[in-house]
Amino acid sequence: MKIIVAVKQVPARDSALRLRADGKWLDASDLSYEMNEPDAYALEEALQLREKLGGEVVVVSLGSEQAAQTIREALAKGADRAIHLESGEDLTLDALTTARLLAKAIEKESPELILTGLQSDDLGYGQTGVILAELLGCSHATIVMEVEPENGAVKVKRELEDGWFQNVRLPLPAVLTIQSGIKKLRYATLMGIKKAKSKPVETIRTSELGFSGDPATAVEQVYAPQRAKQTQILSGDAKQVAHQLAEKLKFEVRVI
Amino acid sequence: MSVLAILEQREGIWNRMSFEALAAAQKLGQALGLPVEAAVLSNDAGVLASQAAAYGVGKVFAIEDALLDPYTPEAYTAALEQLIRSHNPKLVVFPHSYQVRDYAPKLAARFAKALVSDVVDVKNANGAILFVRQLFQGKLNADVRVNGEPAFVSIQAGAFRAAERTDQTAQVEKFTPALDAAQIGSKPEAPFREAQRSVDLGAASVIVSVGRGIREKDNMPLVEELAKALGAELAASRPICDNGWLPMERQVGSSGQTVSPKMYLAVGISGAIQHLVGMKGSQTVVAINKDENAPIFETADYAVVGDLFEIVPALTEEIKKVKSGN
Ligand SMILES: Cc1cc2nc3c(=O)[nH]c(=O)nc-3n(C[C@H](O)[C@H](O)[C@H](O)COP(=O)(O)OP(=O)(O)OC[C@H]3O[C@@H](n4cnc5c(N)ncnc54)[C@H](O)[C@@H]3O)c2cc1C
Ligand SMILES: Nc1ncnc2c1ncn2[C@@H]1O[C@H](COP(=O)(O)O)[C@@H](O)[C@H]1O
Repeated sequence: MKIIVAVKQVPARDSALRLRADGKWLDASDLSYEMNEPDAYALEEALQLREKLGGEVVVVSLGSEQAAQTIREALAKGADRAIHLESGEDLTLDALTTARLLAKAIEKESPELILTGLQSDDLGYGQTGVILAELLGCSHATIVMEVEPENGAVKVKRELEDGWFQNVRLPLPAVLTIQSGIKKLRYATLMGIKKAKSKPVETIRTSELGFSGDPATAVEQVYAPQRAKQTQILSGDAKQVAHQLAEKLKFEVRVI
Repeated sequence: MSVLAILEQREGIWNRMSFEALAAAQKLGQALGLPVEAAVLSNDAGVLASQAAAYGVGKVFAIEDALLDPYTPEAYTAALEQLIRSHNPKLVVFPHSYQVRDYAPKLAARFAKALVSDVVDVKNANGAILFVRQLFQGKLNADVRVNGEPAFVSIQAGAFRAAERTDQTAQVEKFTPALDAAQIGSKPEAPFREAQRSVDLGAASVIVSVGRGIREKDNMPLVEELAKALGAELAASRPICDNGWLPMERQVGSSGQTVSPKMYLAVGISGAIQHLVGMKGSQTVVAINKDENAPIFETADYAVVGDLFEIVPALTEEIKKVKSGN
């Protein structure tokens, strides 16, 4: 089975998020990066499907030069090859533009299955996979917790709200947006890291894709949210804070 | 021209978020001087549509077809595409539910548009509407402008106070889309729940909830002891359950349990919206987090900014002391 996995590089969860002077995005000089968490799970699912059924896992990532590092990580974990759509520094593309660019690269691969994460940790659109399916004329399912290929089709378990689930059968090719936790993640082995160095990475500049389209949306301004709630902030060293809090829990909240 | 709110139901029961999306649509309608209309999709939409007609709208579309039940993204997209093409709303507003996440991006793409997803507020900047949405799981906000019409936006749970019933009833208009069974590839089965849960966090009066800040499985006894000292149930954010450090049934949030204890003590949890929707009914929220900008503090009544590895053991000691009366 040929599987494409869309992997995005995002600012690391514990990065300090400082704003750029023009207020349109972050000051990149402070950021470290990592693989978007649900994408790591999408990759894991793809690798396990390949181990079971044979085939190929191809990683596609749209990002700046920097994204090469995340692509290497995916290869080190076991992906067979990668396509790096190298964009400029504009990291606030809307989901439609992102999906259009990714679709250009995926089209020529004719995969049977395309896995994406369900949501990016930075922009958080939760849309790219669904739009990809529309652009590629595939079926799709979102928030997927189990994947079971069947003859020419795939059965998936979708997560619904409030602890409900649903099984859905889809014809191939299909796009699945994978939820975190679908499988246990593997680590890259030393051997894997070594092997990754010789795996093929095709780099395509987005400007060479012959794509032009107006952005569907534009970010005007990024800022820290205003705090609405009256919060009592307890301060001091750990022991003092613990003492204050225990008192509050007894006399104000009355739970001890 | 109108603002069109898409209301969501499952098996004849409203998704509450529908009326929050409607409230957002009403605010937008007012800002733009446009009438607000609503739509509901079902194989039998009549009763729901006449209920919706009392919620301060100009008109309700009852979009009806046998192929709309059960829900599939193909059928919903095709039906709404037809309604939108024939009525040309300026704005289409959805609740940001799991179902909307499943089809609205596809629908918007049919119009060469992107959905502005998970909107928490709208601003009127001299007649130009800006949509406020969260970035980085709530750590930052962004003002977003939409190019062209129609604009598609989905509204985050809890961001708007739900629209209320009025004593006026709007007209219901039936809309019958042309749907083709051959174009519906996905074959859904009936929704189900996993085997009986062994804990009911919904009934717990005190909850200690742990997040990724705990770092390793080996550190879990820290919070277990705190919970024990408090006589609390232990709960967690998603990554803890994904890692198998606690069973799934102890996950709080949009895809886990909804809780409303007397006190919810969040330890090392950032406060992403998918977590907050599961616990914001708590009477008192206490949060321990080393990042003073963590979104969890926006919902907290008591905030402790600091290292949980120092604070939690000290707190457990203090609670034991208070309990034993010294
Ligand atoms: C469709 C969908 C459904 C989801 N459903 C759920 C759900 O039901 N429930 C849920 O919880 N999530 C859910 N999520 C995931 C959610 O978006 C967040 O990713 C998740 O809640 C983050 O968990 P966390 O706060 O534990 O981890 P993080 O976001 O990584 O936060 C860890 C926090 O710990 C703090 N910290 C780190 N070290 C320390 C220390 N030493 N002392 C004190 N504090 C420290 C950090 O400052 C940080 O704030 C869902 C996501 C999607 C897209
Ligand atoms: N720049 C990108 N490169 C590769 N994949 C992406 C990119 N942006 C989004 N995706 C994929 O689409 C998913 C959803 O992203 P989003 O729609 O931004 O929430 C991610 O989890 C990725 O799998």
